Amino acid sequence: MYTLRTLPGDDVRQIMWRYADRYDLQMSVQSARGIARTVVAKLVAEGARNTHEWTDQKAELLTAFDQSGLTALFMDPHQGGFIEGPKNLALALAAFELAWVDGGAATCSLATNLALAPIHEKGTPEQRDTYMGQCVPPQPGEDREIRRGAFALTEPLPYIGVDTGVMCGKVRVAEWNDEDPILEVDKRGRFITNMDFANFVTAAVESDDERIKSSCMIILEEEDEGTYDRGAPTLKMVHQLSSTRDPVLKLRVPASRIIGGFEIKDGTIIPKYSHGEIIGSVFHRTRIPVGLMTMAKLISAVEPVIRYHRKRFQGGDAAKEGTPRFDHGIQMNEDALQRLVDVWASGEAGCSLGFAASRLADAFDPIEKAKEKLFEEQGVVGPRKQMMALRKLKDTVQEFVELEHLPESERDAARYQELKDDTLVQFAYMEALAGILNPATKLWCTGVGATVMREAVSLVGGYGITEDCPGFLMQKWTDAQLEATYEGPEAVQRRHMSVTMTSDVFQATVSAWIGQLRRVESDNPGMGAEATASALELWQWTLNHLQNTKDAEGRKLYHNKRQGVTFPMADALGWLLGPYYLILDILELKEKGAMNPVLADGIDDLVAFYMDMANVQAARAAGEAARICTELVYGFANGAPEGVEPFAGLKAKVDAGMAGARLSKDRAGKALSGVMIPEALDYPL
Amino acid sequence: MSNEFHIVVCGSIVPDPLQTLEPVQGAQGPELKNEMMLPAVLDPWAGHALYEAANLAAKNPGSKVWLVSLGPKAKLQQVMMNIAQKVPFELVCADGSASGFTDSFEVATVLAQSIEGIQGLDKSKLLVFGGWQSASRGSGAVMQMLGELLGISEQFQGVDKLTAGDDGSLEIMERIEGGAYQVSACNGTPAVLGWATGELPEPPNNPQVGMQNMRLVMPALQQAKPADVVQGSSLAFAAVELPQQRRETRVVKDMPVEDMAREIVEWLNS
Ligand SMILES: Cc1cc2nc3c(=O)[nH]c(=O)nc-3n(C[C@H](O)[C@H](O)[C@H](O)COP(=O)(O)OP(=O)(O)OC[C@H]3O[C@@H](n4cnc5c(N)ncnc54)[C@H](O)[C@@H]3O)c2cc1C
Repeated sequence: MYTLRTLPGDDVRQIMWRYADRYDLQMSVQSARGIARTVVAKLVAEGARNTHEWTDQKAELLTAFDQSGLTALFMDPHQGGFIEGPKNLALALAAFELAWVDGGAATCSLATNLALAPIHEKGTPEQRDTYMGQCVPPQPGEDREIRRGAFALTEPLPYIGVDTGVMCGKVRVAEWNDEDPILEVDKRGRFITNMDFANFVTAAVESDDERIKSSCMIILEEEDEGTYDRGAPTLKMVHQLSSTRDPVLKLRVPASRIIGGFEIKDGTIIPKYSHGEIIGSVFHRTRIPVGLMTMAKLISAVEPVIRYHRKRFQGGDAAKEGTPRFDHGIQMNEDALQRLVDVWASGEAGCSLGFAASRLADAFDPIEKAKEKLFEEQGVVGPRKQMMALRKLKDTVQEFVELEHLPESERDAARYQELKDDTLVQFAYMEALAGILNPATKLWCTGVGATVMREAVSLVGGYGITEDCPGFLMQKWTDAQLEATYEGPEAVQRRHMSVTMTSDVFQATVSAWIGQLRRVESDNPGMGAEATASALELWQWTLNHLQNTKDAEGRKLYHNKRQGVTFPMADALGWLLGPYYLILDILELKEKGAMNPVLADGIDDLVAFYMDMANVQAARAAGEAARICTELVYGFANGAPEGVEPFAGLKAKVDAGMAGARLSKDRAGKALSGVMIPEALDYPL
Repeated sequence: MSNEFHIVVCGSIVPDPLQTLEPVQGAQGPELKNEMMLPAVLDPWAGHALYEAANLAAKNPGSKVWLVSLGPKAKLQQVMMNIAQKVPFELVCADGSASGFTDSFEVATVLAQSIEGIQGLDKSKLLVFGGWQSASRGSGAVMQMLGELLGISEQFQGVDKLTAGDDGSLEIMERIEGGAYQVSACNGTPAVLGWATGELPEPPNNPQVGMQNMRLVMPALQQAKPADVVQGSSLAFAAVELPQQRRETRVVKDMPVEDMAREIVEWLNS
């Protein structure tokens, strides 16, 4: 029997989330944590969340972000930032740290980056340097105000949010000239974060003029001629540490503000990118930190819940000092321990998924650029031609996927390297994987996360819904619902996944994962690898079955329009991704932790605890996935469906794969009863 | 006119004071339970000294700050992620225990050796800064012995303010009993200053400074030599235990200061 000595600290996280050798990221984590546990915690404790108005008190946040370096986190060094290269993992870590205390504060810190993201992804080099440079805090000797932005995609009824194909934001030509025509932009935003203090807005608009083609995103500044009305504050009940308003914008701006630039052909302004193309590449990345924000809530709940449970009977007549009841309080009960294991394990699994997604986004950034360059050189232009070119590589990509998931000793190293150096192969693989991991992080972490957060609140009983509940659990629970909503609610993520998860490359990846997990199982039994592998196998069989089968009424089962089939399959996959990545992270911890002087001493105990948590989570996830698959396979038939014999066999394997999972939960729960926690909370009430 | 100072700040890490600390008997003598796994922070006294040093260096162009640490290098690295963002310095590290269960004289010896080994250090410009005591050992002895070992007899303890004159002279305000101060005039460097809290707040983070510092901090940590002060020590511990008199921490919102004071007095008298 092992013991968990202390709650895992930075050394553990850095290994699991793979930034042990990145001191720039470690520094950012420290900065964000410093702000979260002082300025942010103080604001929440003082009741700053009790108003939806943006107040001077809340504005302290902005100063704190500026002073701690968080504002500059998104920028490149030549723009005044300090991290070279992609920053998805950096932003995810900062959001995680802030959301450990308050999700609204995290959003507030990210919102200007969201406004800058369209410019960053698709802006011209000049646009990029101008706006990014304006948004970093002034350096010593510089005399300028720092500027902040807002991102306006969503609009008032009836066309809010999800369906980005329909817009009422319009752009027209106000004054024609051949260099830089003056445009009139008419945009009413709804739910626009940062709007109380934003100096500029990046807005999605559609052409309302035959001299402008399709749609675009455009930069509006508060100094522009016309109306820059910040509008009414949104009367929201969550995330009150960020500002949200419904602005009214009617402004005249030069066409050079079109993000990515434009050309004039036959008297028509043709923006280089439509708003849809820009939003696609923006949301690709920005949805990941949102998922992790919810996961931070779950893990941050562990310590306050333990503290509450242990001290429950101290101070009154209910328990005398030195008795088990005095020392362990509610932790004398299995339920209190094991439910907390569930909360914690969910948080770990979601983090493993989310941080894997952000690392992938970092790796994908340069590959995406290299691909663009390569195709341009080869004259392969336009999305359709590019897709055809990539499709030709299908077999090679699948070959790479297999090699990637084989142990080093078993693969052809030369061939592997060759394919690893192939830009297009890498692009195809990473794109397919990102197309799953990004929406899945947002979907599972925020959606399931909100439900699990409810459990955390319930674990502190009535105290959980009081203002002085340590860890602000109640606020975190309600905040989680917003995280599940914004940047596209769950339905949008499910829709995204239902399209991407059928791709050949991803299906080849799932097959490779199954093989990989089975190897893990034989070397490291007891961490849920078998349950996860079997559930993935069941899921894959089900997907294939649904794609080739009709329901009892003769209607196609897996169909774009049939969300009653496609969406649950996305949910099922979402469950399984967490344990898969958690298992990989634990293997990393086992290997690298043993070499880490801080962790080496207690590494076996720590890994054993994590393996038990993974086992618990894998059993839960496999159960959920199997339930969904069963409903879909059997639920559309009248009586016994045909051709499903293999399903029963695969499902039995899933069940058998849960062997020992409850013993794992017993052990993990027991470990929680002995873990050392700090004398005082990590942040004030 | 300005002076050039070579300021060496001695400071190491201590376990985060918010953690429960429990002494246990380890293989090489007493240590803290789970010591390696406990989160650590820069000793607050050393922190004050470091911020004062950086401030003095910034005001006197040409000056330079070194931070000399005796501590477990793996833990030091974590702490540096935060400290390095605050002020510019160069780290000199000796790898060893910073638990407080070490002999003051031996710690002073390691620090003296580390300082002697600093390339380009000009002893005539030297100011040795540190905390007048540390959070892991309140003996207030290390800095004095260190001064003696370095042959610096101008020593000040419990310093709250240092003013450098144009002529290189130093005016130093030390805490003495009863909330009073003693102001001393010192002709100039070298001198040893054990800081109390100083007068400066913790500087805000500056990641650019952090990136600059870490470029030197990482190699310094990698190259840190083991300084095993415990093993070869002449110091033996008969027993280590938590203070008998212990007060449970209570977190109370909005309690008036008078009430807090009254409660503490009652507890002391009981
Ligand atoms: C506090 C806050 C801050 C925000 N900040 C910003 C910001 O800065 N900039 C910005 O542009 N936007 C912002 N938003 C808007 C946010 O992104 C949208 O609210 C979100 O994307 C959802 O859109 P909606 O509220 O219009 O929901 P709707 O589009 O009305 O969706 C409602 C529900 O309908 C269902 N549904 C919708 N589409 C489908 C479908 N295709 N298939 C099946 N079911 C479907 C789902 O159940 C969904 O949950 C913010 C929102 C809030 C609350």
